[in-house]
Amino acid sequence: MSRLILALGLLFLWAPVLLMVVFAFSDARQPFVWGGFSLRWFAALAANQRLQEAALLSVGIAAGAAALATLVGLAIGWVLARHGRFAGRPAFGVLAAAPLVLPEVVTGLGLLFLFVLMERHLGWPEGRSALTILLAHASLGAAYVAVVVQARLASLGRVLEDAAADLGAGPATVFRTITLPLLAPALAAGFALAFLLSLDDVVLASFTGGPGATTLPVLLFSQLRLGPTPEAHALATLMLAALALIGAGVLWLAGRRSGALPLLPADDPPQHGRYTGDAMLRPTCDAS
Amino acid sequence: MIRAMAALWLALLVAAPLAVIAAISLAVPDEGLPPFRLGAPLADNEAWPLLAADGFYAAALLRSLLLAAVTAGCCLLLSYPMALGLLRLPARLRPWVVGLILLPFAIGFVLRMAAWVGLLRDSGPINAALLALGLIAEPLPLLYGWSGLFLGMVHSYLIFALLPLYAALSARDPRLEEAAADLGASPAVVFFTVTLPASAAAAGAAFLLVFIPAAGEFVVPELLGPPEALLAGRAIWLEFFQSRDWPLAAAASLALLLVLVGPILLWQRLGRAP
Repeated sequence: MSRLILALGLLFLWAPVLLMVVFAFSDARQPFVWGGFSLRWFAALAANQRLQEAALLSVGIAAGAAALATLVGLAIGWVLARHGRFAGRPAFGVLAAAPLVLPEVVTGLGLLFLFVLMERHLGWPEGRSALTILLAHASLGAAYVAVVVQARLASLGRVLEDAAADLGAGPATVFRTITLPLLAPALAAGFALAFLLSLDDVVLASFTGGPGATTLPVLLFSQLRLGPTPEAHALATLMLAALALIGAGVLWLAGRRSGALPLLPADDPPQHGRYTGDAMLRPTCDAS
Repeated sequence: MIRAMAALWLALLVAAPLAVIAAISLAVPDEGLPPFRLGAPLADNEAWPLLAADGFYAAALLRSLLLAAVTAGCCLLLSYPMALGLLRLPARLRPWVVGLILLPFAIGFVLRMAAWVGLLRDSGPINAALLALGLIAEPLPLLYGWSGLFLGMVHSYLIFALLPLYAALSARDPRLEEAAADLGASPAVVFFTVTLPASAAAAGAAFLLVFIPAAGEFVVPELLGPPEALLAGRAIWLEFFQSRDWPLAAAASLALLLVLVGPILLWQRLGRAP
């Protein structure tokens, strides 16, 4: 029963996407009308300079925003996990989590107002540009990175770090040789999340971007308001193919290495109590 | 040192924008750029009285909350069996099926909406198929109607409910359910007396994780929804981009935020529960 609904849910998620892929190869000018096989929309995509510029800008902003978000999110997550109680801790926690739940229109409007006032009184940042979009995306991404980093630090505990310190490592050495390698999966996941959030954002980029800085989603959104085009189908097909290859590669590598992904919840229920004790308490089923 | 820098970042990029919104909501509109004047007497402020007196904005807010609640409810109803179905798959297959769930989201939100716009149009394949089968005489107004809007909203927000619920359900102890089944409970009884209570907090959190952003959603209603039904996110957008009334846009977004404070606090409480 639940597996049937899982299949139906997958069908619901995939049906519009698969239809897009099929009709990306249609010769018809109308979307979702079959006019014979053709690659004309892929050719149109390759010739569309505006779209390519927007895509390049989006990838650049996403990379910069994700890098900044990873750095800042690491600091915020570290403070949340390791600084215990300090004056202002409740406010710090609320502000760290706020971007996760604030409606996008509110965040976008607030950041734009802030940038306008700053430009007026401090002379910086000059106008709406890729830089203001990058800052807006980094502010959102940092909140996600902080959650992942905090969770990872909490689950790691301090045993390994304490051991290294007992053996004479200074705080910088402990961080570099113990903490950072242990955090690496969390930082990679956080970076990927911040990158994808930035690449997919319409609202923040509409508010904080200007005529000189139009990201790919903003451009697609404004075109879509005028009507759907098969060119969008061709773009979706290319992105899907690229992402499917990357995803399958990651899963295959992860499957070869350990059988589990750091990004996904563990397959086994948590072991209660210490492992050895628990294993001894459990009846052995292998013999039967 | 690290704490000071992190606090500075949060103060500048999270707290300051909210403070600026509050300040501008109390300003008066003005000619020039930026189109408002700070420091005017409070009695001159027009944004808040207009917001309170004009039923237009209250209706938009209410409609948004309703849309968000129905969307979140549908996502939860679909997520529960999907998450349980995932957990019943062989462990080896699960990451691949999760990947299959994530992939449609990875092509980007705007392109997914582009698919729905094309599918739901009067001349789109859904209407064409229904017409060809003789089930309808005229195309159904799917696009720019509530049914299309709900489809698009659930399609956009499903993983926000599905992934946390899947994580919570996969961390549960399946031996409890086995024990209940061994003692004679039917699958339905096991679900309602063991699985559901054990994951109620996670389900509540998943509901709110959809409800809160959906209440301010702008893009999906703009592309798929009925143009006459104004929603909160769209009202803010229009006041800012078209009317260029910054104080009113600021006041409307603060009103939206105030309504969502309760759900946000509840979500944070549920998130901390084990």
